[in-house]
Amino acid sequence: MATEQTGAATEPVLGVAPPDVMVAPAAAGTTPPLWPPVPRVVFIARVIIGVALSAAALYAPFYFQPTMNRVLSQAIYLAIAAMGLNLLLGFNGQVSIGHGAFYGVGAFTSAILMIDHGWSFEPTIIASALLTGVFGLLVGLPALRVRGLYLALVTLGLAVLFPRVAQKFVDGTGGRPLLRPSRKEFSSLIEGLADDQWVYFLSLAIMVVLFFLAWNLTRGRVGRAMVAVRDQELAASTVGVNLAGTKVATFAISAAYAGVAGSLSVMVDALADGTNPVLYFQRSIEFLVAMTIGGAATMLGPAVGALALVLLRRNTQDLIEGKEILAPAIYGASLIAFVFVLPEGVVGGVRRLLAWLGRRSSAKGRPPTHPIPDDSHDIGGPHERT
Amino acid sequence: MQLFIEQVLNGIGNGVVYGSVALALVLIFRTTGVLNFAQGEMALFSTYISWKLTETGLPVVGAIVISMLIAFVAGGVLQFTLIRPMEGRSQLNVVIVTLGLFLAINSLAQLFFGTDPQLMPSAFPSGGVDLFGGARIQKDTIGLIVVLLVECLALWVLLNKTKLGLKLRAVAADPVSARLHGIRAGWMLMFGWALAAMIGALAGSLVAAERTGFDATLMQIILVYALAAAALGGFDSIWGAVICGLIVGIADALTIQYVDALDGIEVVVPLGLILVVLIVSPNGLFGKRTVERV
Repeated sequence: MATEQTGAATEPVLGVAPPDVMVAPAAAGTTPPLWPPVPRVVFIARVIIGVALSAAALYAPFYFQPTMNRVLSQAIYLAIAAMGLNLLLGFNGQVSIGHGAFYGVGAFTSAILMIDHGWSFEPTIIASALLTGVFGLLVGLPALRVRGLYLALVTLGLAVLFPRVAQKFVDGTGGRPLLRPSRKEFSSLIEGLADDQWVYFLSLAIMVVLFFLAWNLTRGRVGRAMVAVRDQELAASTVGVNLAGTKVATFAISAAYAGVAGSLSVMVDALADGTNPVLYFQRSIEFLVAMTIGGAATMLGPAVGALALVLLRRNTQDLIEGKEILAPAIYGASLIAFVFVLPEGVVGGVRRLLAWLGRRSSAKGRPPTHPIPDDSHDIGGPHERT
Repeated sequence: MQLFIEQVLNGIGNGVVYGSVALALVLIFRTTGVLNFAQGEMALFSTYISWKLTETGLPVVGAIVISMLIAFVAGGVLQFTLIRPMEGRSQLNVVIVTLGLFLAINSLAQLFFGTDPQLMPSAFPSGGVDLFGGARIQKDTIGLIVVLLVECLALWVLLNKTKLGLKLRAVAADPVSARLHGIRAGWMLMFGWALAAMIGALAGSLVAAERTGFDATLMQIILVYALAAAALGGFDSIWGAVICGLIVGIADALTIQYVDALDGIEVVVPLGLILVVLIVSPNGLFGKRTVERV
């Protein structure tokens, strides 16, 4: 099927493992370099970007108003879900338009545990992650047979199905599937932090942990197996990658990320909503879009994409007074524009720029015929750290 | 028994609708290899155009024909401006573009034509025909079936029996080789989109007339069922799309009637159906087996 290669922005480059993972630590005797050799310009740029982003993320909730902090917190949970999808689609090549359903399961798990069973919020995140992980496992099993386009459709069905299931089985406010835990449940536990800042920092902390885990996962043996399965299934299986195990496990992990995002959305929005029949389909699309405009198979991509998406949505909403109906049109048009201008996403574009700068600085003084190093495996490779 | 027949007929009525939208999806997929998520919304917009034309006093059939022509041109233009530049890019980019179109067209339709439900007049005579066993079938259901069959036949002839169809299929199979044989691949892809948009316009206009009123959400759930039908049929078979549309419609209607446990979540049925079929036969019921080269 034509969608087989989605997410794989590059030619399959099996076997071109980055230098840092080629070195087996035990055999080499010396400690392998923590960072693979990169041009100095690129390295410096990465450090600067990293420090600036962390500083901005830590300072933001003190600078902005509570409403804006809520928007930023929304960007965070969106980023977590997009990262989940990124693991599945960007790194493992399995399409899912059903992550909205996992997100919904996470949201309702948290809300129901809190309202009906008196749990406090934080442990429900773990419960959501476990439950959606199991769901992901169950969906991942048939996904072994159903691939590409068909997988997209089956998972699309999940997203459509979920609100109906909620409608049938969840009895919330006024008999509708609408659960509203009290805002008091999410009060700040740290003195000096306002509630909205607490929500932001809790989300941010969880995001950092999950992104770190994802980063670790994709750099290791499992990550290389994931990418190998994405790039060339048959070749991967001949070198001993467990196809079924890798795919199902990735599905489960990815679903758990979406579930955690759903949990956090209950905290941020104080709401689990099953009344809108297309909401979870829209969420699935948002995850996909956030991942794509940020940059598939990159580490920072989902976060950048989620932030861009949330800001885009917020700003298109009141762009034209009295014409709120037009907001989705502008939103949709911006998406198309994004794909036209930055096909590899924001992170892909920045990386391309840095690679170009790096080539320029390292090519100084050499004859102009010097072959330009092929950076194709740099984009979307398993070992990337942006 | 009578209830059973009535439900089957009911299911056929819906199934024809799913089949005709699935037909448009399959056509785009077969000629261009793209899954067009905006198909339903394009049909919705055309439906609004048909409705607007009937409001100005045009006869229904004339309005639908004009709207189909407009859709034909618009489909080609969309392909030329938005899809063609994506050639050679990742499939994900095309998907995002069609999703962006989905959002944009839907909200433009609401902007131009308002959010109130509208009444689309039917192109077929009203009333029903008595069948054996006391069941009745609506005349517009018969009309839909006839239109769908004619559509299928025309498409089948076009794709399999004409030079144009051969070119379309050649481009879909391998654009590069087709170009080397002197086929204008760009034109063919554009033609595929235009044709699909036209079929969508017809389907939308006829579907809207079956409802007591339609608004901008008309095509959304239909699209899901149509995708199910297309997947079940294997995505590249025209007859497969239609037959599976009927299967999905009938299965759905029977579930609503007989399985109380699935009340409200009967959408499980088409999904379960796809899942089972795809697990047994990964290329759908009517799809060609694809061989992957390593």
